[in-house]
Amino acid sequence: MRIDATNMHFADLNAAVRNDSEEEIVIENCIGQRYIAAGSSERHISVIGTPGNALGAYLNGTSVRVEGNVQEATGDTMNCGSIVVNGSAGDATGYAMRGGVILVRGDVGYRCGIHMKAYRENKPAIVIGGRAGSFLGEYQAGGTIVVLGDRRGGKPIIGNFCGTGMHGGEIYLRCEEIPPLLPAQVRAERVSELPEDVRSLIGAWCGAFGEGAAAYLNASYIRLVPNSANPYKQMYTDN
Amino acid sequence: MLLREGQFRNPSGCAVTGVIDRSGKGMTGEGMIEAISVMHDRSNGLGGGYAGYGIYPHYKDFYAFHLFYETRAAKEQTEAFIARHFEIVYSSEIQTRRIPTVTDEPEIFRYFLAPLPRKLANSHLDEREYVARCVIRVNSEIDGAYVFSSGKNMGIFKGVGFPEDIGRFYRLEEYEGYAWTCHGRYPTNTPGWWGGAHPFGLLDFSVVHNGEISSYDANRRYIEMFGYRCTLQTDTEVITYIIDYLVRKRGLTLSETAHVIAASFWTTIGQKDAAAREQETLLRRMFPSLLVTGPFSIILGYEGGLMALGDRLKLRSTVCAERGDIAYIASEESAIRRIAPDLDRVWSPAGGEPVVFELYGKEGRAQ
Repeated sequence: MRIDATNMHFADLNAAVRNDSEEEIVIENCIGQRYIAAGSSERHISVIGTPGNALGAYLNGTSVRVEGNVQEATGDTMNCGSIVVNGSAGDATGYAMRGGVILVRGDVGYRCGIHMKAYRENKPAIVIGGRAGSFLGEYQAGGTIVVLGDRRGGKPIIGNFCGTGMHGGEIYLRCEEIPPLLPAQVRAERVSELPEDVRSLIGAWCGAFGEGAAAYLNASYIRLVPNSANPYKQMYTDN
Repeated sequence: MLLREGQFRNPSGCAVTGVIDRSGKGMTGEGMIEAISVMHDRSNGLGGGYAGYGIYPHYKDFYAFHLFYETRAAKEQTEAFIARHFEIVYSSEIQTRRIPTVTDEPEIFRYFLAPLPRKLANSHLDEREYVARCVIRVNSEIDGAYVFSSGKNMGIFKGVGFPEDIGRFYRLEEYEGYAWTCHGRYPTNTPGWWGGAHPFGLLDFSVVHNGEISSYDANRRYIEMFGYRCTLQTDTEVITYIIDYLVRKRGLTLSETAHVIAASFWTTIGQKDAAAREQETLLRRMFPSLLVTGPFSIILGYEGGLMALGDRLKLRSTVCAERGDIAYIASEESAIRRIAPDLDRVWSPAGGEPVVFELYGKEGRAQ
């Protein structure tokens, strides 16, 4: 079904999506409606336009693809399924994510992947084509974040305070040098060979946006993991 | 009796947006009404407001005072005070339109004023300081009167209601300006008061703000040493006075001001090149009490420009965009897309990074 979201309030739009019996749904002229696909399972939802905050919050198996940029808290606490953004994403993308995949073609804002966690077969993953804002993977407890660092315009691949309070999971950065001033509770190392699951995540990102995989797979990566010898103590008081 | 603004602290959510045509062409307030309507659910109907710049070209050399009056006595007392300090060039009630959802409005008046030359000379004050002191005196000393706009060739329009309704109430389609800002308010535990809506203004500065700062009292105690009186206990009021103090009285540039109120962490300053490190260290050391902490995203309006600024941790969102001569700022990209679907450039500034859009040929004239 196709839904024209022009002048539709988010409650009406989301009710229309929920009450529709078809598996495939296309939302056109989307403009700021919140909570699209929240909690949704077993659907395929395409969004054309600029969806509002909390797109795919608590997502439970549905695949979402957005032609445009997304705002804050995309995939908040999502459980499984996928969100593909053919554009950039705002702050707190993949906040407290518990499973599934988010693929972003461009940049992400602050606090991407904070509080991400993994449990047994539930391993969330975020692949970012551009650069990430500050606090990437803050308090990360599990799952995988990959930053490919395209079109950086001279800016660093990550902002400040990446991985502050990190105690699980891993972050891969496609760059030559270890970024300066990583917090003490993060251990950074050069990757000699990308593990298979990370190669397949990068392959999925390339497939989603029609990019050739070679430039991304045959590149130098830095991996960040928690440094268990130096656990997190404090951040905000010593300003 | 319900407590009002000024009698207790008032935390709030909110939405902000702003637009400027850098070529100086005028636009009505309708674009802002349209943009803020997309963010309707960020407000709760307890406050909305606008600031328009370049809207009074025929009276551009006079201070335009907008006043709320709650009683006839307040009006008489205020008009007597104004007459003692200013020549009243023109005065009238501000034309409004009946909107069913906008109720309990005070009397709303506008005066175009020139300071009385002899009075000004005797005061030994710079003209703007003279005007600012008069505004502060009315607001802190006359019960039931409130000057909510006091700049030249600009005006603030605000009240209790959703911002779309407040825009229609003030007939903003009848005003044309080169820049506008707009605010939708979400105070969480207040009855809301007309004077407490945003934008908050002093002279040509206006501030709209989304957030909840945690440094309010530290900032207030410091700024009140310089003659300001924080009568509303709102974050926005103290931020406006801080900017007025730093820019107008201390002569800082907007970028320097941003480095005071949204100063980087010392570790971040330590990574910068020597010149920036030295300057930012100096500013943090000179004005430690004006560091604003906690979540905020503001749009500052002033004669000739707009500045977007967020807190250094970026606890509130801000998106900037450009299309030709026109630049946009909003809490959400969707608000910009509603009035400008095709943009040349859209980006999110980093926390503490000021973004300044000014009229061509007037860059850097924030005074």
